[in-house]
Amino acid sequence: MDKLQLDQHISKQFDADLEDLKSRMLEMGGLVERQVADALRAVEAGDSELALKVLENETAVDRLEVSIDEEATLLIARRQPAASDLRMVMAVSRCVRDLERVGDEAKKIAKMAIQLSEEGGAPKGCVEVRHMGQQVQQMLARSLDAFARFDAEAALAVLPEDRKVDLDFKSAIRELVTYMMEDPRSISRVLNVLWTLKAVERIGDHAKNICEQVVYLVRGRDIRHTEITS
Amino acid sequence: MKRDPQSENPATAAIAQQGGVPATVGEPFVAEPKMSVRGANVFYGEKQAIFDVSLDIADREVLAMIGPSGCGKSTFLRCLNRMNDTIEGCRVEGRFTLDGEDIYDPRMDVVELRARVGMVFQKPNPFPKSIYDNVAYGPRLHGLVNHRSELDELVEQSLRRAGLWDEVKDRLHQPATGLSGGQQQRLCIARCIAISPEVILMDEPCSALDPIATAKIEELISELAENYAIAIVTHSMQQAARVSHRTAYFHLGRLVEVNATDRVFTAPEHELTEAYITGRIG
Repeated sequence: MDKLQLDQHISKQFDADLEDLKSRMLEMGGLVERQVADALRAVEAGDSELALKVLENETAVDRLEVSIDEEATLLIARRQPAASDLRMVMAVSRCVRDLERVGDEAKKIAKMAIQLSEEGGAPKGCVEVRHMGQQVQQMLARSLDAFARFDAEAALAVLPEDRKVDLDFKSAIRELVTYMMEDPRSISRVLNVLWTLKAVERIGDHAKNICEQVVYLVRGRDIRHTEITS
Repeated sequence: MKRDPQSENPATAAIAQQGGVPATVGEPFVAEPKMSVRGANVFYGEKQAIFDVSLDIADREVLAMIGPSGCGKSTFLRCLNRMNDTIEGCRVEGRFTLDGEDIYDPRMDVVELRARVGMVFQKPNPFPKSIYDNVAYGPRLHGLVNHRSELDELVEQSLRRAGLWDEVKDRLHQPATGLSGGQQQRLCIARCIAISPEVILMDEPCSALDPIATAKIEELISELAENYAIAIVTHSMQQAARVSHRTAYFHLGRLVEVNATDRVFTAPEHELTEAYITGRIG
């Protein structure tokens, strides 16, 4: 079964509750996407004001996680969802956790942005941050899109992207290590770039997790920790 | 009731013309079935209630049968110990076996069959006798014991297995009708297991009980499954999910899906099962 309908319950309230759960998760997804975009822009532009805004918004992301999770718990208690409804609730609950962690990574990137701007000047490795940043932002957008449309195919298509990001991360590390060996005075600044890249790479992992939940939701198959790609 | 395996039924033929009865999805068959049904069709007069159902029940498993009212799950259950024999105008086709033995064979002793395939009903139906006599009734009837002491032991053992002994041991000779609903149902289960059945059929055994009594019966079902094959019809999907190993979903007289219960309640194979489980059809 590769189609998913969340409406047409005998109980219209149940339809509404599930729909609400989904749309609130997507709302949180939108907020997190903006956090990531702002944090990365702050690094690139050395904009510490923007970075501070990201830090402020972080609490909103955390609050959404708690309240959506509570909504999911209540829905389980009230409706005892089964089959696709149950998978929907579980998937939302898991994705919300991943989104919250993406929010944490955005916060880390924003903190680095502040430090980097204090140190002044574009550090080495900024190209890598921009490149990988674009990759994971796309992954995140596509994973949320796949969730919104219950599109398992689209979700599976995102998975290979994560491997690309991982490879890029490895090669960026090699490059940054070379910088540090060439110029030991740059070590602390390059390390900040490295932590930023690590945070970006983690965002890719979370986007991948969301895609796996889309496959679980739509097809009822748990592909976590497997090699399944189709 | 008549049974004629060879008869060509117009309703079945009509469905065959429309492309045949849709095959059951999932795993209706097991390697070593305790009971086995192939090609079951059941009619009430002209009306067909069951269409070409094939299904196995394994030993020591709990098979739950679910589906909307009128889907044929109770009718099917009642075929398994020939309870439908008593219904005027009911006709059963197909092959039903218990340990490979045809239970509709004319030489089959129906009383003996029902001792081997016991039944627990929706409403507790204790006999208007004492608690003791309710349980002792079957063993006496079937001549299972020779001495009073043996009978005492059997009654105690059955009541213990049904989880009722501690509640009734001091009032064994008081009328069974004085027990609560949940106790009465457990008494009926004790009565059923007193004659050492091989299969226990349960037709919505908890629908007249409160949640605590229901939990006790469900606990009991899990324990009984260590020794018996159990087929249970239930309207409570949570109950099916809790107590059964496999779940069979019936819809309009057809067996739509049989799968491991864990699978049915998380990712059912058929969209009709999905629709019913998630509360989209009722």
